[in-house]
Amino acid sequence: MAGEKKGLQLLDFWVSPFGQRCRIALDEKALPYEYLEQDLGNKSELLLRSNPVHKKIPVLLHDGRPVCESLIIVQYIDEAFSSSSGKPPLLPSDPYARAQARFWADYVDKKVYDCGTRLWKTKGEPQQQARKEMVEILKTLEGALGDKPYFGGDEFGFVDVAFVPFTAWFLTYERYGEISVDKECPRLAAWAKRCGERESVNKNLSPPEKVYEFIGTLKKKFGIE
Amino acid sequence: MAGAEDLKLLGMWASPYVLRAKLALSLKGLNYEYVEEDLKNKSELLLKSNPVHNKVPVLIHNGKAVCESTVIVQYIDEAFAGTGLSLLPSDPYERALARFWAAYIDDKLLPAWTKSSRGKTEEERAEGKEQSAVTVENLEGALRECSKGKPFFGGDNPGYVDVILGGLLGWVRASEELYGIKPFDPAMAPLLAAWAERFGALEAVHPVIPEVNRLVELAKMMQAMLAAEAAGAGN
Repeated sequence: MAGEKKGLQLLDFWVSPFGQRCRIALDEKALPYEYLEQDLGNKSELLLRSNPVHKKIPVLLHDGRPVCESLIIVQYIDEAFSSSSGKPPLLPSDPYARAQARFWADYVDKKVYDCGTRLWKTKGEPQQQARKEMVEILKTLEGALGDKPYFGGDEFGFVDVAFVPFTAWFLTYERYGEISVDKECPRLAAWAKRCGERESVNKNLSPPEKVYEFIGTLKKKFGIE
Repeated sequence: MAGAEDLKLLGMWASPYVLRAKLALSLKGLNYEYVEEDLKNKSELLLKSNPVHNKVPVLIHNGKAVCESTVIVQYIDEAFAGTGLSLLPSDPYERALARFWAAYIDDKLLPAWTKSSRGKTEEERAEGKEQSAVTVENLEGALRECSKGKPFFGGDNPGYVDVILGGLLGWVRASEELYGIKPFDPAMAPLLAAWAERFGALEAVHPVIPEVNRLVELAKMMQAMLAAEAAGAGN
């Protein structure tokens, strides 16, 4: 089909933790791709055409064919390039271990972003509630991590990819939520640091101060004091 | 023959999420023990098996618990890969599409339907109806795209999306009597309407779907309870 580009393209937005999941997965597999920063206030033809249902980033285009939703994209990357990349798979091969990985990635999706948003968007009672919830969520995740170096066990895996971009938001959660991840969840903090030493993570996460700055800008834009 | 393994499903008869697990097990011809939970008085086993959410369904396979309906269905497909139908396609791109539409059903379709029937204000319900119309239209397109003229989202045989959407069939049928709404109106969504009939009639499916009368009765009871609560709260 005319105009369909070969190879991998990622439609994304610089600070999006969902987009970063995809960037990390691509880098973990050493897959070359073209990064296309999107203006979310003025969405491109390509974005609207590639994700007509949600009109959201990230979108992975593989030889012009779109894959949408970050965790679906990560699984696609893992499955479509399993033999060619020569790198370990992000999802384990054992069905039960896979189910556990999917469960925890789903938990991150259901809980972290929403609660985090309420932390900086609200004040008073709702903010207090969000603060309490965030600590619970982080402790639950810390429990799932246990004594393992990664959620995936000895290897960096699917749940690590799903959750690690949010570690760049810890500073923002800490400042708005007045919580200390180091104090409340030391093993989780250690995991975040360990992941940060990986090139794929180091290269793709937004610096925490930049995330905080971005949220400050958003708040002003939406007139949230 | 499959069934020598220890399979237990903790569920609640009216839950569409539980129905998904039952459909997957049935389509793959797997034997299992079903345990009906009283959600107002959850069993030790349920609380121990799903400590994070305390919800049904939970599938316990050889003593190990799997939670969340979409995770359970994929688990059943993978742990019993050699048995019965394959629910997820083998091609990575088609798998991504199947997962996308399954997620869409949970993220967009269900909330829209809930809003349209149980929204607290006229406005909310009207908004829900509008959103439902859009989501059904998208799903109709999805069926066209995924089935490629064949009977199911999965093609010749039912697959992952069929199971995920199929979980809602009981309530889809009950909806007309309860709210005068036809979620898969043949005029608006002819492919989905035909799909609902076809899927619902499958030998592995029709004995598993809860009876419409029971669902209607349950919904009316819940509505009465909510109304009583609201009236009481006003005092």
